[in-house]
Amino acid sequence: MTTHYLVLSALLFAIGGAGVLVRRNAIVVFMCVELMLNACNLAFVTFARQHGNLDGQLIAFFVMVVAAAEVVIGLAIIVMIFRTRRSASVDDANLLKY
Amino acid sequence: MQSPVEIVQHSGGVIGVSWLMIALPLLGAAILLLGGRRTDRWGHFLGVAMSLAAFVVAVVSFVEILGLPESERRRGIELYQFIPGIADMGLLIDPLSISFALLITGVGSLIHIYSVGYMSHDPDRRRFFAYLNLFVAAMLLLVLADNYVALFVGWEGVGLASYLLIGFWQFKPTAAAAAKKAFIVNRVGDFGLLIAIFTVWTTFGSVAFGDLSGATVSEAIGSGGASQGTITAIGLLLLLGACGKSAQLPLQSWLLDAMEGPTPVSALIHAATMVTAGVYLVVRSGAFFEAAPTAQLVVTIVGVATLLAGAIIGCAKDDIKKGLAGSTMSQIGYMMLGAGLGPVGYAFAIAHLITHGFFKANMFLGAGSVMHAMNDEVDMRRYGGLFSVMKVTAVTFIIGYLAIIGFPLLSGYFTKDGIIETAMEHNQILGWLAVVGAGITGFYMSRMIFMTFFGKKRWADDAHPHESPSVMTVPLVILSIGSIFLGAFLILDNRFMKFLAPAVGAPEELPAFHFVSTAGLATLALVAVGAAFAWFRYGAAEVPRVAPRGSFLTTFARRDLYGDALNETLFMRPGQWLARIAVFVDNRGIDGLVNGLAATIGGTSGRLRRVQTGYVRSYALSILFGAAVVVGALLYVGNM
Repeated sequence: MTTHYLVLSALLFAIGGAGVLVRRNAIVVFMCVELMLNACNLAFVTFARQHGNLDGQLIAFFVMVVAAAEVVIGLAIIVMIFRTRRSASVDDANLLKY
Repeated sequence: MQSPVEIVQHSGGVIGVSWLMIALPLLGAAILLLGGRRTDRWGHFLGVAMSLAAFVVAVVSFVEILGLPESERRRGIELYQFIPGIADMGLLIDPLSISFALLITGVGSLIHIYSVGYMSHDPDRRRFFAYLNLFVAAMLLLVLADNYVALFVGWEGVGLASYLLIGFWQFKPTAAAAAKKAFIVNRVGDFGLLIAIFTVWTTFGSVAFGDLSGATVSEAIGSGGASQGTITAIGLLLLLGACGKSAQLPLQSWLLDAMEGPTPVSALIHAATMVTAGVYLVVRSGAFFEAAPTAQLVVTIVGVATLLAGAIIGCAKDDIKKGLAGSTMSQIGYMMLGAGLGPVGYAFAIAHLITHGFFKANMFLGAGSVMHAMNDEVDMRRYGGLFSVMKVTAVTFIIGYLAIIGFPLLSGYFTKDGIIETAMEHNQILGWLAVVGAGITGFYMSRMIFMTFFGKKRWADDAHPHESPSVMTVPLVILSIGSIFLGAFLILDNRFMKFLAPAVGAPEELPAFHFVSTAGLATLALVAVGAAFAWFRYGAAEVPRVAPRGSFLTTFARRDLYGDALNETLFMRPGQWLARIAVFVDNRGIDGLVNGLAATIGGTSGRLRRVQTGYVRSYALSILFGAAVVVGALLYVGNM
């Protein structure tokens, strides 16, 4: 049983990771990050169930809270960038470099 | 052989506050230097007042010394702890130091007064008086100190004052260079003096004059506490110090250039007082020299060599001040010769020093008066016939001239003759060389007189010579009176030798002054020949306005006997090469290493920063890669 959940978790994580790496739209990249976070959550919950204690579930809640905070800040940044640069592409926001 | 007496601790009286002699001029210098332009209006009066006040203290101290019995005439005064365990700051008021103090403050005050007139057009007159006061204070510390360390403080102080005053007109590049030269050449001598003081300290465990009597030295040699070689080394090192300060061979080269300073400075520092500090040092250190005959012999040789060299240089100079500077070198050579002859010579050396202080200051100030009248012209070939226009200056100058060539019954006659006769008894060769020197003195001083005051007028077109104001001529008159009578007063009846005896010792049998003696007659004859030759060349004959080329020997003398050339080849050029090599090693070697390292790091980081592309995905990829590596590493470690 556990294996299936973990495989699903790994798949979701991989899909999220690939999305972060290849997509250009900042919103999509952001969603992929959420996907990765939730893949982790799934793994935590799975292990909590397997070991029969609540530690994993507790961590999952923490992750959700952090993710929510991150969404608030991240989206605000993305909106600001879009307003000033008329683009939500992460490749266009490349001024901070060597 | 009479030895110096023990030093008695003194309290009360004016001698008890004799530190005022040093403190007052020092206070004057401080007020004038710190007060700045606010003190411009009355600064010179303060300078004169401080110098005169020091003179008054010196005179009263002198009277108090005279009132004491001979065996108690060396008075020590404790002031404060200077360097704990090594030297206390204390003064030694004895016949030797009080003679110097009287000369320094007396002649110094006259020169201060003269300077009020001489420097009246200079916008920096206040600074000039500040430095003069500083000099007087430092010079008094030098002669009044009761130990070598305090003496050294004064020694450096006069070096500093001399530097500041030679370079007083620092906007003239020649003056700035001359000041530096004087300072650097003096450093060589100071180095010798320092090592001598160190050696005295390690050998005897004390640097106080009171602990270093002749008895102590001979006892140390007898008990094996000090080898004969050490004492000789101390003597030679002290002599090196004396050579630097007193412009004796081989450290003579700075004195002629030092004439770039204002003329009162040349009179006070580079003729009457500071340059005689070397003679003072040798006489004050008599205990070492009397125990080291080799060192004494070297002192006399240096003295004779310098008295001849200075006289020869004096013959060829057309610059009146440089001529006088050569003469100063030569006369100090006589003093050194006297100082190298032991207790018999000391009194004559110091007596000559004092009379020389008078007649040479007199002539320097006279030269300043002439320059003042001739728009600062110093070339004697542009003088001539000045006797009729400036009678006071001319008469006082001629009195100084007669005194220096040893005209019978004037000051120089007694004091110089004393040195020559003592040298003659000591060593015939040295004696006869000193006689020859006196003959050359007769020539170059007569040349100076004929070229300046007699003959045809060779003035520049815009020159309108006039007599100087009385603030300048009165000091000349006072100094010339000293030049006439002082020698007879000091030498006859051995007055000065008896007075100095408690401080420096005296021979068992006091020498009698012979008005007629072989050496004396020979000297007079040679001086007469020299003067006649000068009359023949410069009095009767026309003096060309431009210096003729002259023979090889003339060039030799004009170029200061190639002293500068010698210094340049031996020290300056190798020094410059050393500096160039050091610069090369620094630029290419050390800088190359440091700069190369920095360039390597800079280049590497330049390449590394290309990693920062600004693309989020490449950062994300590197994070992923990093995470994969960490996970891999954890797995690997976990499986081990």
